[in-house]
Amino acid sequence: MSRLSSRHLLGLEGVPAEDIQLILDTTESFREVLERRIKKLPTLRGITVLNLFYEPSTRTRISFELAEKRLSADTVNFSTSTSSVKKGESLRDTVQNIEAMKIDMAVVRHGSTGAPYFLTQCMDSNIINAGDGAHEHPTQALLDMYTIRKRYGKLNGLRVVLVGDVMHSRVIRSNIWGLKTMGASVALCGPSTLMPYEVEKFGCDAYTHLDEALEGADVVNIMRIQLERQQAGLFPSQREYTKLFGINKERLKRLNKNYTIMHPGPMNRGVEISSEVADGDRSVILDQVTNGQAVRMAVLYLLSGREEGGE
Amino acid sequence: MTAYKYDLVIKNGQVIDPALGFGKKAFVLIKDGLIVGVEQETATLKKNLKNIPEDKIIDASDMLVVPGLIDVHVHLREPGREYAETIESGCRAAAAGGFTSICCMPNTSPCIDNQETVKFVQDRAHNSDARVYVFGAITKNIEGKELAEIGDLVSVGVVAITDDGHYVQNPDIMRRALQYSKMFNIPVAQHAEDDFLCAGGMMNESFQSTRLGIKPRPAVAEEIAVLRDIALARVTGARLHFQHITTKRAVDAIRRAKQEGISVTAEATPHHFTLTDDEIGKEFNTNLRVNPPLRTAEDRQAVIEGLIDGTIDCIATDHAPHSEEEKDCEFDQAPAGMIGLETCLGLVKSQLIDKGYLNWADAVRKMTINPARIFKLPGGTLASGRPADITVIDPNRKWKVKAENFKSKSKNSPFIGRMLSGQAAVTVLGGRVVYKR
Repeated sequence: MSRLSSRHLLGLEGVPAEDIQLILDTTESFREVLERRIKKLPTLRGITVLNLFYEPSTRTRISFELAEKRLSADTVNFSTSTSSVKKGESLRDTVQNIEAMKIDMAVVRHGSTGAPYFLTQCMDSNIINAGDGAHEHPTQALLDMYTIRKRYGKLNGLRVVLVGDVMHSRVIRSNIWGLKTMGASVALCGPSTLMPYEVEKFGCDAYTHLDEALEGADVVNIMRIQLERQQAGLFPSQREYTKLFGINKERLKRLNKNYTIMHPGPMNRGVEISSEVADGDRSVILDQVTNGQAVRMAVLYLLSGREEGGE
Repeated sequence: MTAYKYDLVIKNGQVIDPALGFGKKAFVLIKDGLIVGVEQETATLKKNLKNIPEDKIIDASDMLVVPGLIDVHVHLREPGREYAETIESGCRAAAAGGFTSICCMPNTSPCIDNQETVKFVQDRAHNSDARVYVFGAITKNIEGKELAEIGDLVSVGVVAITDDGHYVQNPDIMRRALQYSKMFNIPVAQHAEDDFLCAGGMMNESFQSTRLGIKPRPAVAEEIAVLRDIALARVTGARLHFQHITTKRAVDAIRRAKQEGISVTAEATPHHFTLTDDEIGKEFNTNLRVNPPLRTAEDRQAVIEGLIDGTIDCIATDHAPHSEEEKDCEFDQAPAGMIGLETCLGLVKSQLIDKGYLNWADAVRKMTINPARIFKLPGGTLASGRPADITVIDPNRKWKVKAENFKSKSKNSPFIGRMLSGQAAVTVLGGRVVYKR
């Protein structure tokens, strides 16, 4: 199989294993390109990609932009932190105006769940979800999965623990769907006030005690805890969060010998992760960032429908 | 005045009037805007009908003839948002849906918390295609802080008070609203959803909200609101009406309150007895965003059980027009609400009657005499001497909901594209045919 079953990447829920396999395999060859002295391919020459960011983002936006440039696509950026409603121009009008300037693909980050789906209804471009509300962030999960696969040679049968704000995390949701599809076992861990309703229906084990969650796990993927959750009264203090859910060296003893530490960034050092762990020899946090670029190159390439290979 | 004995005759229909316990094939006779008789065909009647011209006779063979339907929960948007609906267009939609009387909610702009706005609405509704009864605000500017001049509102014809769209969050204000309303013997209608538990919420709390990462408005917010207000109704002895009830626990609580003899009544909407929150994640259709939100299949079934056993007295639409521009956006940016006047009958037939939950008489009761009694409205029955408000229903007509066929100015219905069974064929208001399909 050399084509994805959809012309958009809106999320990982319902994406077949063959598609994920294809993206991860394709990532492999792009990852190799990133080690070359000249990191540029002609693959997407003549294709114009719109980066539409309705939420502030640094690394995802840069990662996508670099991925597009390394594939020789033309890129345009639209960033705003005000919602379309406040801005006075609807999302539909905004994107249709930009698309009228002949856009082929759009990468979208938006605070509203379903905004990428909405774009598929008003544009002809291929849509890539770069994070919608607390719903999905598929390329982040794909890069996490690629990073894990790279280290263990497989995903099937591994135990992955996702720690943090399950309720508000789109990274966790995409990881759950992708990892389960690829045969990994997924555990969730976080304060009970940040566990959404009927979380067990995801088909994962959910824990509120970190040590129990870490027992016998292979991979720990640690999410950023946002200060505004504390301000909203969802947990009493950062101090208590760190005490209960912060990953430090002591906690790691519960893990399998060959464990791996991940974090999608940006990190609150000393809060959800200690510096010792973040900078330790099992941390693949910076590899995730590099792999992210290769994953995004693979997704852009596969969705573009270009026939010529990645080389 | 005409020289004929009757101005209008509806013949050969199956007449269903739950208030009179009537359910037979009969002739409905109208003179001077009033009902003057519901009679079975006799030699005398035949003679009386002899010289009535053809165009004054409506043949209702194979049809149902019921008292003009009443919808106690309608947003007419005028004054303030005439681009979404006007009193005129809303009444036209009501007539097309078989409704002859509608109660309009006070959350207009300016809101209906003063006599002038009540009179404005009444003036605009004069000579329209439906009777409009006005609900006034409970609190000034619907802010939940100070009582509106409820006595003033009642003196110009307001039939109930509500802060609909908002829960009266402060229990002390709600208690005083109940006490005060008692002086005027009007019900206090409550949108029962606790604000704090719903803050920022866009859909029901269930695995669907978890999966989609959309902020929930949990069922417990309705349960708590209902339980608190039942306690206040008990202690005040006032008349409390719960608007759009959606959850199993709330239905249970209202059932118990009624058993205890507390003066509570309740309504449910067609969308809550038809749809569930499973629909939302499919296409993020903003027409599915509504408050209270669409619930689970279990809740939907509990609402239906409440309709069956009488816990829920009325079927009301919560007709909430929003323009295409307002709804053509991201799911969580869309205003809450959907239109309902023109799909109500079809949904009642397709979802309740065809599935064996209610018979026609029970369904009609919840759209005629029950709301008329709760809000002391003149219609709701075909008794002689009453205004000739009559709905002729084509009970088995299959039809497809189409945006272009709505008489409402807004088209925000999640039922567009759906096949329904049952539709109004003729609507008569005060002896005047205001709608004919």
